[in-house]
Amino acid sequence: MKIHLKGGHLVRPGKAMGGSGQQTSDLFIADGHIVGIGAAPADFTATRSFDATGLMVAPGLVDLAARLCVPGCAYEATFESEMAAALAGGVTTVVCPPDTDPVLDESGLVETLMFRLRNLNQARVYPLGALTVGLKGAHITEMVGMTQAGCIGFSQADVPILDTQVLLHALQYATTFGYPVWLRAQDPYLARGGVAASGPVASRLGLAGIPASAETIALHTILELVRATGARVHLPHLSSAGGLALVRAAKREGLPVTCDVTINHLHLIDADIGYFDAQYRLDPPLRTQRDRDAIRAALLDGTIDAICSDHTPVDDRDKLLPFGDASPGATGLELLLSLTVKWARDARLPLPQALAKITCDPAAAVLGLAPGRIEVGAPADLCIFDPDAYWTVHPASLRSRGRNTPFLGYELPAQVRSTLVAGQFAFEREIDKNL
Amino acid sequence: MTSSVPTARSASAPGFIRGNPQLTRGGELKHLLSIEGLPRAILNYILDTATQYVEDAHRVGKPAPLMRGKSVVNLFFEPSTHTRTAFEAAAQRLSANVLNLNIDTSSTRQKASLLDTIDNLSAMQADLLVVRHSQSGAPYLIAQHCAPHVHVINAGDGCHAHPTQGLLDMYTIRHYKQDFRGLTVAIVGDILHSRAARSDIHALTTLGVPEIRVIGPRTLLPSGLEQLGVRGFHNIEEGLRGVDVIILLRLRDERVSGALLPSAQEYFKSYGLTTERLALAAPDAIVLHTGTTNRGAEIESSVADGVQSTILNQAIFGIAVRMAVMGIVTGATEPNLQGGR
Repeated sequence: MKIHLKGGHLVRPGKAMGGSGQQTSDLFIADGHIVGIGAAPADFTATRSFDATGLMVAPGLVDLAARLCVPGCAYEATFESEMAAALAGGVTTVVCPPDTDPVLDESGLVETLMFRLRNLNQARVYPLGALTVGLKGAHITEMVGMTQAGCIGFSQADVPILDTQVLLHALQYATTFGYPVWLRAQDPYLARGGVAASGPVASRLGLAGIPASAETIALHTILELVRATGARVHLPHLSSAGGLALVRAAKREGLPVTCDVTINHLHLIDADIGYFDAQYRLDPPLRTQRDRDAIRAALLDGTIDAICSDHTPVDDRDKLLPFGDASPGATGLELLLSLTVKWARDARLPLPQALAKITCDPAAAVLGLAPGRIEVGAPADLCIFDPDAYWTVHPASLRSRGRNTPFLGYELPAQVRSTLVAGQFAFEREIDKNL
Repeated sequence: MTSSVPTARSASAPGFIRGNPQLTRGGELKHLLSIEGLPRAILNYILDTATQYVEDAHRVGKPAPLMRGKSVVNLFFEPSTHTRTAFEAAAQRLSANVLNLNIDTSSTRQKASLLDTIDNLSAMQADLLVVRHSQSGAPYLIAQHCAPHVHVINAGDGCHAHPTQGLLDMYTIRHYKQDFRGLTVAIVGDILHSRAARSDIHALTTLGVPEIRVIGPRTLLPSGLEQLGVRGFHNIEEGLRGVDVIILLRLRDERVSGALLPSAQEYFKSYGLTTERLALAAPDAIVLHTGTTNRGAEIESSVADGVQSTILNQAIFGIAVRMAVMGIVTGATEPNLQGGR
C-alpha cells in the first residue's frame, strides 16, 4: 500500500526543526516505510490518501510497560482487547513484563507468544524475559535461548530478588551477552505490607506506609552492582525525589543506567487518594507533591528517559475493595498520549520535546531500537492525533477491558484519529461529523 | 443469605463523591465514618444528646423508643466484644431490632464479596450498618455503595478511625473538665496502629484543645504526625508534665513480639503509667483508657483503681454516646445544630 498523508502537522521528536521540531508537510509511505517528506519520490502513485489537515502526525508511541495478559490472564482482559487498546492509544511499540501466567521464563513460551504476535496490523510487541525461573529469585533463566526466541531484555517485573548474590550473578550472566536487565528499585522488606507512601497522608488515613528509603536503598544496591558488573540496567517506575537524585548522579558518573516514570506518577500525588479511593492504589505508591515536582524536573533535565503507561488491567471485583485489599494498577495504554500532552501544556513544553519521552527516547536510549522517528527510510509507524480534541475518560470510552484508572472523569486533550504500523492503517477512529 | 441482588455499580462511576461523604448536602450527619471534617457543632450536638441519655439512665424507666421498627446490623469483619456489646445495648435501648453478623475475612472469597454482603443487607431492609473492618477505609467503600436509605457507622476501621470511641473520650473529658479550651491532653502508647488515637486527635483539635501531646517510642509514632496538630514526646516524664488529661492506648500483644518493641516489661518500664509518673500531671488530671485495661502493661493497678481513673464510668457513657450517634444519623433524633456550644 502506498499512502499519501496530506497536510498534516509533523511532530518530529528528537529533531530540531526551526527550533520546534514541527512543520506542516505531506508524508509519503510505501512498503511499510516513509519514502518522502514534503515531496513525493519519483513514480509515487498513492493507493490511498488521507487528509491530515489540522491533525498532528507523530511517530507511533513506544510504551515501556504494558501488561497484555499473554500468556494467561487473571482478568477479563484479553490479548485482543489490550492490543486494540494499544492501537487506539497510538501505541505502536509495546514492551511487556514477564509476570504473566505462566511466567515468561523459557524459550518455548516466548516462541508461542511471538507466534501470536506474527499477525500484521497490530503493535510491535517486545517481551521481557524473566531474569530468574518463575521470578523466584533463585535460578537464572536460559537467557540466550529466550533472546533468540524474541526477548529484548530480562526483568523481575515487580518481584524482588531477595538474595543479593543471585542478583549479582544474574547481572554478570546477562552482561556476558550484553543483555539489558530491568530492575524495579524497591526494598521488599521496607515495602512489606505497605499500600501508600509513608508520610502525613498515610498516617492520617491509617494506611500502612512504604518509605521513600525503600526505593533509595534498593537503588544503592543496584547501582553498586552496576558499578561492579558494568551491567546495562533500566530502572522502571521510579517514584521519589531521592531516587531520581541517585539516578542523576549515576548518569553523571557514566553508569549505563536508564529509567522511566509512569503517567500516573507524572500527574498525581498521595493526597489525591482522598477518601480511600482505590483507583489511586498503585505500585509504586503515589508520593508527595515534592516528589512529583522532582519527577517533572528530572524529565526536563534528561534524568528520566521515558514515560510509560504501566498499563495494568484490573477488574472491578479487584478494585471494589477497601483500599488496602484492592489490587494495585490502572489501565493506561489509551491515556499515554493524552497525559503526556497534558503534561506538555501544564509545563509549557514544546510538543516534540514532550513526545520524545514516549517515542524516540525510550526507543533509542532504553531499547536500542529504530522506531520513534519520522525520517525518510524509517518504518512508517505513526500516530495521527487531534491535539485540540478533548475527550472524557469514561469506562465506555476505553477499548481495554481494564476500565479502572484514577483519571476517570478527567477531560484530557489529544485524541488519536489513526494509527499506522509498518505503513498500514491499523486503527481509525470513527468521528461523528455532527459534533 | 443466598443470592445477591444485582445492582449496576462500578468502581469507576465518574463524578464520584468529592465532598465529605458523611454529610448530606444540607450539612446533616448521614454516616459517621470519621471525626475528621465534622464541624464542632455536630460534635457538641452528639455530646449534648448523649448527656440526655446518661441522665435518663439514672432515672427509672426507658428512653423514648426512637428507633422502633428500625433494623440495626452490627457487621463485624474483625472480632470485638467490647464495642459490639456497646452498640447492641445502645440499639436495644432505642427499641431497634438488632442483628449481629460476624464475618470471617480470612478467606479471599469473603474478601471479594464485601459489597455483595452490603447489597444483601440493603435488600433485607437494614437501616443502619455498624461496621468494623480490619482495612482502613472499608466503611467509606460501604457508605459509597449501599442503598441511599442505609446509614453507616464506623465501629473501627484498620488504623484509620474509631469515631464513637473518640466521642466517648470527649464525653468523658467534658464530664470531668466541663470545657475543652485551656486543656493539655496527652495520648500515650501505640499511636501508629491506633484508630482511637486518630479519632481523639481530630476531636480534640475540632473542640479547641490548645495542646495535644502524643507520647511513645519512635517505632510507635507515625511519620508526619505534626501535620495533625500534635506534639510528639519520646520521654513520658517530659510529656506528662502538667497535663490535664491522659489517654492511655491499649498495647496489643502482637506489637510486643516483633521489631517494634522488645517486650511488654520494657514498654512498661519506659511508658507505663505509674503513681510517680501520674504525679507529674496536674493534680486534678484524669486518666482515660481505650478498650480493655492491660494492668502491668500500660497502667499500674493502683492507678487503674485510683480516683483519677475514669475507666468504670466509661461503660455508661459509651452506651449513651452510641445511642446519640445512632439516633442522629438515622434522623430519629431531631437535628438541632443551633444548640451546639
